[in-house]
Amino acid sequence: MSRPNPTLETTFCGIRCLNPFWLASAPPTNCGEQIMRAFDAGWGGAVWKTIGEPITNVSSRYSSIDWEGRRMMGFNNIELISDRPIEVNLQEIAEVKRRYPKHVVIASLMVESKRETWHDIVQRAEDTGADGLELNFGCPHGMSERGMGSAVGQVPEYCEQITGWVKEKARTPVIVKLTPNISDIRIPARAAKRGGADALSAINTINSITGIDLDTFQPSPNVDGKSSHGGYCGPAVKPIALNMVQQVQSDPASALPLSGIGGIGSWRDAAEFILLGCGTVQVCTAAMHYGYRIVEDMQDGLLGWMAEKGFSTLDDFRGLSLPNVVEWKQLNLNYQIVARIHEDLCIGCQLCYTACWDGAHQCIHLDRNLPVPDTTRTPSMVEANSARHISTTPIPKLDAGDLGRTNAVTPLERIPRVDEHHCVGCNLCSLVCPVENCISMERIDKDLPFESWEERTAKGVIPPGAREVMSTNT
Amino acid sequence: MSERVSFHQQIAIDSELANRFGDLHPPFDKQAAVTEANRCLYCFDAPCTVACPTHIDVPSFIKKITTGNLAGSARTILDANILGGSCARACPVDVLCEGACVMHRYNKQPIEIARLQRFAVDALHESGASLPFEPGADTGLSVALVGAGPASLACAAELRRRGIRATLYDARPLPGGLNTYGVAEYKLPLVESLREIEMLAQLGVDFNFETIVDFLKLAELEHNHDAIFLGIGLGAIHQLGIAGEQLPGVTNALDLIAAYKSGSLTTVPARVVVVGAGNTAIDAAIAAVRLGATDVHIVYRRGQEQMSAFTFEYEHAKSEGVKFLWHVQPTAIRGVQGVEGLELIRLVSSEDGSIVEESSSKFLLAADLVVLSIGQAAHASFLTEYGEGLSKIQLERGRILIDRTTGQTSSPKFFAGGDCTNGGREVVDAVADGKRAGIGIAAWLEARHV
Repeated sequence: MSRPNPTLETTFCGIRCLNPFWLASAPPTNCGEQIMRAFDAGWGGAVWKTIGEPITNVSSRYSSIDWEGRRMMGFNNIELISDRPIEVNLQEIAEVKRRYPKHVVIASLMVESKRETWHDIVQRAEDTGADGLELNFGCPHGMSERGMGSAVGQVPEYCEQITGWVKEKARTPVIVKLTPNISDIRIPARAAKRGGADALSAINTINSITGIDLDTFQPSPNVDGKSSHGGYCGPAVKPIALNMVQQVQSDPASALPLSGIGGIGSWRDAAEFILLGCGTVQVCTAAMHYGYRIVEDMQDGLLGWMAEKGFSTLDDFRGLSLPNVVEWKQLNLNYQIVARIHEDLCIGCQLCYTACWDGAHQCIHLDRNLPVPDTTRTPSMVEANSARHISTTPIPKLDAGDLGRTNAVTPLERIPRVDEHHCVGCNLCSLVCPVENCISMERIDKDLPFESWEERTAKGVIPPGAREVMSTNT
Repeated sequence: MSERVSFHQQIAIDSELANRFGDLHPPFDKQAAVTEANRCLYCFDAPCTVACPTHIDVPSFIKKITTGNLAGSARTILDANILGGSCARACPVDVLCEGACVMHRYNKQPIEIARLQRFAVDALHESGASLPFEPGADTGLSVALVGAGPASLACAAELRRRGIRATLYDARPLPGGLNTYGVAEYKLPLVESLREIEMLAQLGVDFNFETIVDFLKLAELEHNHDAIFLGIGLGAIHQLGIAGEQLPGVTNALDLIAAYKSGSLTTVPARVVVVGAGNTAIDAAIAAVRLGATDVHIVYRRGQEQMSAFTFEYEHAKSEGVKFLWHVQPTAIRGVQGVEGLELIRLVSSEDGSIVEESSSKFLLAADLVVLSIGQAAHASFLTEYGEGLSKIQLERGRILIDRTTGQTSSPKFFAGGDCTNGGREVVDAVADGKRAGIGIAAWLEARHV
C-alpha cells in the first residue's frame, strides 16, 4: 500500500496554515522585520507581540534556570506587552500580510476592560488583514495590576464578558489565550467558550521566581536590586502544559480548537501536543534560545515521523492519545509489573539499590554473594562494612592476581537483585538507572482480567478507602 | 613561632624548572570541572572510594563541586586524606579510583577524579583558608614521629585532631619525604608539596629538621613520649656491585630526582642510561630527557611484562622518547675520568625458568651518566637490636611488621607505616598507613591512659 506523502498543511479554526508551527506572542514576534525573517526560516504563523497602549519595560527582564550544564531549562520574564505605538504595529502587520499572504498572522490584543475600547482595537486589528485575533488573558505581571492580562483570565465572568464584546465586532476567528495561574484551567476555558471564542491557546506563563542571588540576596531578574514574580516557560513547563491541554480537550464544556503552548522546542514536543488534541503549536523559548532556524528540524522531523507512522495529515493523529488519559479510578488494578536488572548491562553503580531503599519500597538487595539472602541489610550497613576494607595500590610484580585491574564485567556483589515478590513495580529503579535498557519493567500479572477501583468499589468487593498493606522488609 | 617562614617560602622557584616540568595533567577550569563533576553517577558505596587506600568519599566530594560547595568538597577530601592535594597529583589513579570507576563497564571515559580532587583542594589553597580542622582539646599525651614523609604527616594530623601532641623528626631540611624530594616535578611540584604540609604546621604539628634518629636518639624519644611512630621509609638505592660503579657520572634515581627538584641539578649530559624499570626509573629517565639528555635508555634484565612500572608510566616514557632495552644485565661501567659507557650482556630464559647469560653477547652502551634505580635497601635494620624480648620490634625481610589496621608493631609502644612497612608503594598507601596508625595510637593511648 503506497502512502501519500505527509503534509503539514492544516486548518485551524478556519484559518489555513502552511504548517502548525507558530511563533507565540513574545519578543520573537515584536516587529514586522522579525516575523518576515521567521517566515523565511519556515514558520507557518506568528502571533504578534501583544498590542495595546504602549508600556515601559524594565531591565533586566529575563532570568533562567540551568540544569547540569544545560542552559535555560526554565525561562522567566517580567516583560510586558509591546512597547511600540499601536499604529506602528498595525502598519507592520498589514505590510507582512501583503508580502506573505499565505502565512498566518494573528494579532494578540490586550486593552483596558471597556467594551468600546475592545471594539475599537478589534476593528483596527482586523483592518490590517490579520488572519485572527488572540486575546491575551494570561500575562501574569504588570498588566494584571492594571486590570488586564491574567486579571481577566483568572475571573471567568470577565473572561466570558470580554470574549463576548470581541465577538460582537470580530469577523476573523477569536482565540482566547488561557492563564495557568488558576486552580482549574477548565473554568476560564468554559467561560471563553460561553463567550463565543472560536479557539483557545494554552498555556501562558506560570507565576515564578527563578532564583535568589546568594551573595546579594536579590532575586532574578534583578531590577535595581528588586524583582517581581515573572512568567515561567521553557522545557521545564511542558509537563504542566500537556496536563492542562488534556484537561481542556477532555472537557466537552471547554473543548475548542486549541493552539498548544508550553515548552515546545522540537517536533517531538509538537507531536505530543497534537496527540492530545492541539491543532497548532506555538513556540517561544526555544526560538529565543536558538533562533528561528529550529523550525527546520521541527518540520522535517514531524514529517519523517508521520511518514513512518503512516499519517498523511495532522488530523490523522490529532487527539489520538486523549482516550489514554483517564481518571485514576479507571486504571487497571490487576496490571502488575516488576523490575528486572539485566546483569550483562549492569555497571554496578547501585543507584537503583539506594534509591529503592531510601526513596521507594526496599525491594532491591545486595546479597548475591551471601549464602542465605539477607534482605535486612540497609544501605548504611553495606557502606559501613565496605569502609572497613583496606586497599593498597596494586603493583604488578608484588600483587598476585589482577588487583585493581578493571574489565567490562561487573563483579557479582555489585549487581543488585530485585526481590520480585515484594517489588511494587513503582519504576523508580529504572528511572535512576544510567544505563539504557539495563532495568526493564516486566509484566507478571498472570492474565487477571481488567479491574479498576471504580469497578471494585461498585461491586462492593472492598470497602472504599481500604487497601492491602504488605510489609516488604521481613 | 610567629615569625617562622612557611615551608614553601623557604625555597626559590626556578622558572626554567617550571617550564621544563610543566603539569602532566593540567588543572581544570571551573566550567570544565562542573561539567565533569556532573558526569559522575554518584554511585552508592562507590568502587572508587573502595579502591582509594585512604577511602576518600569520592562521589560526595564530586557532588559538592557540582553545587559550588568547594570548601565542603575539600573538607571531604582532606578528612579522609590530609595530603589530598598531593595525592591528586601523584596518585597512579589509573590503577586506583579512576581504574575502579564504573564508567569503564559502560565503555565510557572514567570520571577524572584526580583532576577534580586537585580542583577542590587547590580552590581551598587559593581561598587562603586554613585547614578545615581544629586540633583536639589537649590530652597531655605526646607522640614522636620519626621521618616527616607522608605516613608520619598523616599520622600526625590524626593525632593533632585528637588532642595529642605530634613531634616530627627528619634528617632533611624540609618536610614531606618522597612527596617533596622524590615525586617527579611534572606530577607534584615541590612547592605544592610544601604548601600542603604548611597547613599541618597550622594544626600544631611540631617539626624538627636535620635530626638523625639513631639508636640512642630513639631511646630518648621512647623515654620522652607516650608512643613512637616510625615513618622512616626505605634506605639507599641498591648497588650493582660491578666494576666502575665508583666513577663520577654514576648516580641513583632518587638522588637525581631530589637534586633537580631542589634546584641543585639543572642539566644532564647527552647520553643517560637508567638501570631498572620501576616507576622511579621511569621518573628518572623522563627527568633526564627534560633536563637536556638526547639519548636516554632504560635497561632491564627482564622483559616488558615483568617490569614493575605501571603500563601508563611506560607509555608516558616512550612518548617522551625514552628507549627500552629488555633482557640485558649490566656487567661493568666503563670509563677513565668518568662514565663512558655501560657494558651489558644479554639474558635468556633457560629451560628451568631461570635467567642465564647468553654467551658472547656482551656489548657496550655509550653513556655519560648512569642512573641506578634497582630498588631500595631497608633502613630499619638498626631496629632489630632495639628493645628486648616482648618490646623488640620485629622485622621481616627488612620491613617492620605491623598490624595492618592499627599500625602497631610487635613492640606495643611503637607504631609504623609507609614504605618501611610495605617495602615501597605509593604516597597514598603511606598516607593510609599513617592515618590508620594515628587512629590506632590514639585508641591505644586512650585505652592505657584512662
